[in-house]
Amino acid sequence: MNLKMKKISLVLIVAIMFFSVLTFSQQIKAEDRLVLATTTSTENSGLLAELLPPFEDKYDVRVDVVSVGTGQAINLGENGDADIILVHARDAEDEFVKEGYGVNRRDVMYNDFVILGPENDPAGIKGLDKAAKAFEKIASSESEFVSRGDNSGTHMKELSIWNEAGVKERDSWYLEVGQGMGASLNIANEQNAYILADRGTFLAYQGDIDLNVLVEGDEVLFNPYGIIPVNPEIHPHVNYQMAMSLVGYITSHQGQSIINNFKVTGEQLFHPSAIEVDKIK
Amino acid sequence: MDYIFDALIEAIEMIIAFDKELVSVVSNSLKLSITSTIIASLIGIPFGIFIGRNKFWGRHFINSVLNTLLSLPTVVVGIFVYSLISRRGVLGEYDLLFSFWGIVFGQVLLILPITTALTRNTVYELEDRMIKTAISIGANRWQCFILILSEIRYGIIGAIVTAFGRVIGEVGIAMMLGGNIKGVTRTITTAMALETHKGRFSFGMALGLILLFLSFLLNFIIYYLQIGEKNNGQQKRNNT
Repeated sequence: MNLKMKKISLVLIVAIMFFSVLTFSQQIKAEDRLVLATTTSTENSGLLAELLPPFEDKYDVRVDVVSVGTGQAINLGENGDADIILVHARDAEDEFVKEGYGVNRRDVMYNDFVILGPENDPAGIKGLDKAAKAFEKIASSESEFVSRGDNSGTHMKELSIWNEAGVKERDSWYLEVGQGMGASLNIANEQNAYILADRGTFLAYQGDIDLNVLVEGDEVLFNPYGIIPVNPEIHPHVNYQMAMSLVGYITSHQGQSIINNFKVTGEQLFHPSAIEVDKIK
Repeated sequence: MDYIFDALIEAIEMIIAFDKELVSVVSNSLKLSITSTIIASLIGIPFGIFIGRNKFWGRHFINSVLNTLLSLPTVVVGIFVYSLISRRGVLGEYDLLFSFWGIVFGQVLLILPITTALTRNTVYELEDRMIKTAISIGANRWQCFILILSEIRYGIIGAIVTAFGRVIGEVGIAMMLGGNIKGVTRTITTAMALETHKGRFSFGMALGLILLFLSFLLNFIIYYLQIGEKNNGQQKRNNT
């Protein structure tokens, strides 16, 4: 009995010791932390893995990247669950600032959206110069189309193009998958379906999928990214100082040049827009 | 078909080479699961013994609730805790969302019913005679508690291992409350979900193999304990 008690208390002590060491080690690591809510396109393409480490070293801060759709990223900002957001949906961004949730929005970079589809192109949209016209043809031929369906920047853009094309009824050929850009691309690839994607993610996935760029270059397909710190007057707890430092860094010569030089399989994914490209040092 | 084998070979190479990213993800998962399991055990085991030993008003209700919670879906816990620890939630000021302790919070809620109910079940099987004898020769409450603990130790370890197995393999809570932040809250399961989306099968596969190995290990322990219990029971019968 006594021996058993000793054994059990030994186990308990070891458990508690382990537990407190764990707690302690967690606390040591609690340096300055910045929560960046951003879109799947910036994270999945690998850009942030290049862009953020120099910033983290310079300012001795840990940037925690939560990659979700633009809609959810904005929502995280509104709730004060993120310190800063990097998103691409200009109208929603302006709304976010107008309602007072965000301050000091800056342009960061841009790329463009492309309409991808299978080689045989059942809707016959290859080479069209208007995105809305292409969507109309996809709808009238009832070819399968994969939609992000997650209220992301890409999804919002897609909806506005459907709107422009005047297509209101979308039934069984229209697949709302509710997932990130990469996952949706894989699904479209497996289903031989059409999809609207940002060029950055498409280039990053190009080697693994058989979809081709069928429509590009239309003005409505322009895709600018903005960075917005969360307003400290609404959410006093946010790390506003560090958020502004990140804005400064990303729009600096160093940050812009990293964006400009970021290439996947030899192709440039994003174009810096805070500083004119030929003036970046 | 080839790419599966290629990915599998690359996965094994990664495991052997102790790939840095792989190690970070696996150690995150282990730290989280061990912490959650310890907390849930420290609360659940005494609670389970209490419910199993005492006849109190409302225990049938508590038992029904406990049994229901045994199969609690992870996403339900996820969304419930999310609403609590978001900045707009009641516990918003503690900065738990997208952090280690945020996930622990959710996971403890998930497995607390498991440690409690499984402990309670083994207490039910315990022979009352022994406790009565102990009391009759002057054991106090604390000594009774220790006696029960040592008598049901196999059941308790079984409960702990089951709870651990549940958290290490769950993805809903880690994803919703952790946010899949690289190097911080990225776990085996959330990394697997992400890497599959990114088309990096070999990395996901390596994690899958590790997870499979862990669950094999756990099941082996449970099996071993069951045998131990059986032998133990037989011995007792032989002694009487």
